[in-house]
Amino acid sequence: MTQDIMQFVIILAIMTGLVVILGKWMTHLFTSPEHNFVERGTYAILGVSPDERMSWKRYGMVLVLSNAAMMLLGYLILRLQAVLPGDPLSRAAQAPDQAFNTASSFITNTNWQSYAGESSLSNLSQMAVITFLMMVSAATGVAAAGGFIRGLSRKSAADIGNYWVDFTRATYRLLLPLSFVMALVYVWQGMPQTLTADALATTLEGAKQQLIVGPVASLESIKHIGTNGGGFYSINAAHPYENPTPLTNTLHILGMLLIPSALTYTFGAMILRRRQGWAFFGAFLVMFVAFLALVYGAEQSGNPLLTSLGVDQAHTAQQAGGNMEGKEMRFGIAQTSLFVTTTTAATTGSVDAMHSSLTPLGGFVPLAQMMLNNVFGGDGVGLINLVTYAILTVFLVGMMIGRTPEFLGKKVEAREMKYVMLAILAHPFSILGFTALACLMPSTLASLANSGPHGFSEVLYAYTSGTANNGSAFAGLNANTPFFNTTIGFAMLLGRYFTLLPMIAVAGVMAAKKTVPEGPGTLSTSTTLFTGLLVFVIIVVGGLTFLPSLALGPIVEHLLMLSGTTF
Amino acid sequence: MQSTTQTMAPVTHSATSGITRPVIVSAVFFMVVTGLAYPLATTGVARLLFPAQAEGSLVTRNGQVIGSSVIGQYFAKPEYFHGRPSATSGADPADPSKTVDQPYNAASSAGGNQGVLSKKLIDAVTARVAAYRQENGLAGDAPVPADAVTASGSGLDPEISVANAKLQAARVATARGVDAAKIQELLDKNTSGPQLGLLGDPRVNVLELNLALDEAFAARPAAQ
Repeated sequence: MTQDIMQFVIILAIMTGLVVILGKWMTHLFTSPEHNFVERGTYAILGVSPDERMSWKRYGMVLVLSNAAMMLLGYLILRLQAVLPGDPLSRAAQAPDQAFNTASSFITNTNWQSYAGESSLSNLSQMAVITFLMMVSAATGVAAAGGFIRGLSRKSAADIGNYWVDFTRATYRLLLPLSFVMALVYVWQGMPQTLTADALATTLEGAKQQLIVGPVASLESIKHIGTNGGGFYSINAAHPYENPTPLTNTLHILGMLLIPSALTYTFGAMILRRRQGWAFFGAFLVMFVAFLALVYGAEQSGNPLLTSLGVDQAHTAQQAGGNMEGKEMRFGIAQTSLFVTTTTAATTGSVDAMHSSLTPLGGFVPLAQMMLNNVFGGDGVGLINLVTYAILTVFLVGMMIGRTPEFLGKKVEAREMKYVMLAILAHPFSILGFTALACLMPSTLASLANSGPHGFSEVLYAYTSGTANNGSAFAGLNANTPFFNTTIGFAMLLGRYFTLLPMIAVAGVMAAKKTVPEGPGTLSTSTTLFTGLLVFVIIVVGGLTFLPSLALGPIVEHLLMLSGTTF
Repeated sequence: MQSTTQTMAPVTHSATSGITRPVIVSAVFFMVVTGLAYPLATTGVARLLFPAQAEGSLVTRNGQVIGSSVIGQYFAKPEYFHGRPSATSGADPADPSKTVDQPYNAASSAGGNQGVLSKKLIDAVTARVAAYRQENGLAGDAPVPADAVTASGSGLDPEISVANAKLQAARVATARGVDAAKIQELLDKNTSGPQLGLLGDPRVNVLELNLALDEAFAARPAAQ
């Protein structure tokens, strides 16, 4: 127990320290006027001028269209996999609905997978589709955050920067070097990194074992630093090759939190209000710690139905105890709980334990965090989502005290509030709408692995994960059907672009505004009071929207567990 | 170079003018940089620095690959320590169109994905508890460590808890016809504590322990 809490404290302290270092680096990345020669070469190849200044409309359009081209390229490679060279295991190409799902999934930074990596992707696809889309989707998120913050930091300006510059720098100065170094640490710890496809072993008892290997480490590092989450293997970061030691598990966790948490510092630095950045960081951290405590408590107390069968779930010096179904020995309860909380907070979606086998309250947390979608959140978009709620908060408080709401010295008016509400409502619309649709489809029952409330949770989790661009799953659900592939594919696209684009618009509109001097009626947004109000608004809006659906899933399941009902 | 900051270019308001070429070129160019150059460069450096790990930490004995030190494998014989239950499956050798249970199938990692209220889970654990007690000569009401009767996440978990290993030590000693204290000694040597003294829980790597057993004591001839 004490050692578990020590692990939490030390890991979160390291994260906080990295916030400052990386936050400064990203501030430099977004504001430096110098282009290095590799970047100049890239701009020449692309045929763009790094000096071009883009209106928010152009910035958003370039973002969407370049993403579309990358998604299409990924789709084509997946469809052509069988005729492309270099796979001794000759794995078949994905069907059109599955390739659409996969390409949407990876370009939107979701990384939902309706396929099993070891049996359906060649090493070339793992690199040229999966690793490629992981890198560029993360760079897109970071670039969007750059344009967004720049817009909020300017006054009477017509542009929010240059998308190509933000995207290229995010790739070259941030993601590539970090991923490369991290990948080497991972290999040292036991992760494969090879172009070989498999190794055949004869076990001690004489059975044959086929070990699938490949370029795992280079995928794993960007998978976490880029808050992507899709596994090289079907079972993701629970697989010993994807996560061989407690140290790699810890680095995965720190990797996921790195950019989302540091962007709060970058935000404060770029708008020249450092305290604002820390106020946002505080809001993230408060929610994170509360959710972590809930998962850890629920998982360590174990499954009461197993206790009566004679299973010893006590935490002692000789065993981790707790609910070990679907978990790995090397992580135990503490490392697993921290991973579960982080992967759905930072909307990564990799898993180091089977979320479907979490206790009801343990499974409630990932669902709730994806529904709120801004407990740290994904690279770039997490901060953008939090600012969305911050604007909503100043608006609500402004209504209560009867003054024009102001944010960062600018008036918040009807036009940007409409964009904000669009971004806020697209999220539940997609989650609840598609879940309702799936519940009406008779074919859904055939995809479920569990009955009762857990079966409903599987479906709700799938669309929440897709829309929140998370990608983790209650993996019992067989989602490789044309219906699920297509609807989850659309949920991912909706969830990504209908929250991102309205907020780019908000940044553009705010950039054009004049600043107004702060008066006695101005609500300061960098105080503890405001952080509290912000968390309150997030919980209330999220709660009002999603509690009915949660009541039908994990909450009723928890009550049934206490009464000993099985399905 | 200072021109970039001093004379500012006019703002482009048109959303789409002149972006067709950069959009198409960027997809191909960044695929080559991030999808080919980056993983290939990592592969090259990794092979140089950590050749054994890069190929999958393979373990060989008498020149033959017997597995990977980070991947679990299936043990059922009494003279070996047994790993955790595994939910992986594989193609039925008799009829490849069907899948059958195939524990520790490293070509198809899988968890059980059963919820806590699942009857399937309760039935499976009930059966595993009974089998574990019988196998290890425990009393009918002896508590059984959680990790010994629950399926791991990957189905390839290479490790078990210290509590679980201790309960199996007597069986292994009997099957090999050696003193229980010697098995215990070997077990202690193969127990790893938290990594860096902080991360994770104490645990035992089953394959490494069994290899050490084979090295120290030949299996009893009758137990082939």
